[in-house]
Amino acid sequence: MSFVLVQVIVGGLLLGAVYALFSSGLTLVWGMMNIVNFAHGDFVMLGMYVAYVVYTLMGGGPILGAPLATLVLATVGVVVYFALIRDIMKGPMLAQILGTFGLALLLRYSVFWWFGANFLSMPQNIVGGTYAFAGLRIEASRLLAGVVALLVTLGLHLLLTRTSLGSKMLAVAEDQTAAQLMGIRPDTMQAIAWAIAAGATGLAGALIANFFYIVPTVGETLGIVAFVTVSLGGFGSVPGALVAGLLIGVIESLSGYLIGAIYKDIVVYVLFLLFLWFRPQGLMGKM
Amino acid sequence: MRRWIWLSVVVAIAIAYPLLLSSPFQQRLGALVLLYAIAASAWNIVGGYAGQVSVGHVVFFGCGAYAAMGSYAKFGLSPLFGIPGGIVIAVGLAAIIGVPTLRLSGHYFSMATIAVAETMRLIVTNTDWLGAAVGLSGPTVPRNIFDLSFLSSLPYYYLFLVILAITLFVTWWMTNSRMGFYLRAIKDSERAARSLGAPASRTKLYAYMLSAAFTSVAGALYAMMFGFVDPESGLGILISVKILIMAALGGAGLLFGPLVGAAILVPLEEISNSWLGGKGAGLTFVLYGAIIVLIARFQPGGLLSLFTRRRKPSADPGASHAP
Repeated sequence: MSFVLVQVIVGGLLLGAVYALFSSGLTLVWGMMNIVNFAHGDFVMLGMYVAYVVYTLMGGGPILGAPLATLVLATVGVVVYFALIRDIMKGPMLAQILGTFGLALLLRYSVFWWFGANFLSMPQNIVGGTYAFAGLRIEASRLLAGVVALLVTLGLHLLLTRTSLGSKMLAVAEDQTAAQLMGIRPDTMQAIAWAIAAGATGLAGALIANFFYIVPTVGETLGIVAFVTVSLGGFGSVPGALVAGLLIGVIESLSGYLIGAIYKDIVVYVLFLLFLWFRPQGLMGKM
Repeated sequence: MRRWIWLSVVVAIAIAYPLLLSSPFQQRLGALVLLYAIAASAWNIVGGYAGQVSVGHVVFFGCGAYAAMGSYAKFGLSPLFGIPGGIVIAVGLAAIIGVPTLRLSGHYFSMATIAVAETMRLIVTNTDWLGAAVGLSGPTVPRNIFDLSFLSSLPYYYLFLVILAITLFVTWWMTNSRMGFYLRAIKDSERAARSLGAPASRTKLYAYMLSAAFTSVAGALYAMMFGFVDPESGLGILISVKILIMAALGGAGLLFGPLVGAAILVPLEEISNSWLGGKGAGLTFVLYGAIIVLIARFQPGGLLSLFTRRRKPSADPGASHAP
């Protein structure tokens, strides 16, 4: 295998970890409440813009931007849950799709209106330069994004499986009434799930803001990436999202390198459709 | 009886509108309302009556638009000849998308339709034969009447009115046929409908294909009126969104819902664009987003459902209180 190919695969894995991070938010909400958030990609976009604004106002790069973006988006998640999701969850499916889709438009075009349609990029900041490992060259910001995203995704998995908060959330997902009889408030648990899911997108957005193009419509592409990841990994499964995210990162990078940059999105979408058609339960999930 | 009076009033207004309000802007606005009403009514067949929320309907719109412009740009024929071709491609594509995804629960279908639409847009954008990012143009100077290229919006207005009438008639006929009853049963409870022997997958697929055919016609008409199609105007996700919002605002699953939605949103968009200029495009969609969120939250049945709900007690005097 040539060096370039290894370089491409490593780059794909690092980006794939970030995909896994924001997709685990989508899979959490889907698995727990059976609602698909069509605004999920736009949450990531919002995280990118928060990181950008933080940098232009205060400097500091991702070290300051990432925690702030996580906080801001977690707040957005809770507000969205109480203002919209709680009510449309009980409504017809058309209302669920319309509600989150409308939210996506609202976020995307508010940002478009405020910042314009131009591509923005993060100015040079403290996380810059490239490292060389055994002949591989890796940008510091990509390395940081990949490693942090991987650790946080694993942390999220532990939170859901090993803590009492995780058990409570699982209980609400299994049976709301039974959970309520055990003294667990479904409303609180679901709001926490939205905070975690949206917070994960905020963190992911801030992490990739350093090397991704920042544009209001980026949420559309990232939203589809999240759907692909979740459908590949199985709905409701964080480990599934992690494996699928890494896999998609690699497939995207490889097809971009081997076939051509314009085809990398097409390859991912077609893969998504094939999975929906032939294995809708995903790689690891159960229907 | 009362229904027929209402219907004739609506038809009379529709016929008289461009003669009473005859400025070019008003006639163009009227034609656009009808055009979007056709597309939204077509969406309504599968999204409203069958309850399968397609977010990628622009794919069929694009089939029609590209077939119409392609028949001129590639073969020198009138764009009219592209319409049957567009319908065939759209219906075939609907079958390819529908057979595997309509089995799954609704969210999957919505996501699959988005992915298909985006894939199509990316492919067309990179296909030189279809004009790539520039798109295809229709005849700049009409050679004869069959090119359907007019300066005034008036001929388009009446053409669209006829097509809309056909679309609504077919929808009405469908809801009163066996297929309509199946669809209603499936929408209420697919499992119950299946257990009673309703062929759920096949019925949903037929609705999807019928919807695709009419959406394709809308796309062809759109391209003829504007004289060109490019990946954004023919396959952009925002067209899907507009179609869907119009139907949902007026009332998905109600015959005249899409028309009401189009009559509200098209003037809103045109006026905000002409007032705000380039900046307006962003704000219009902010407004669109806000409107859908509010509908979903407070009136998921759409505006017309306000009236149908009020009429129910009088139609059924035995019911003392609604659940």
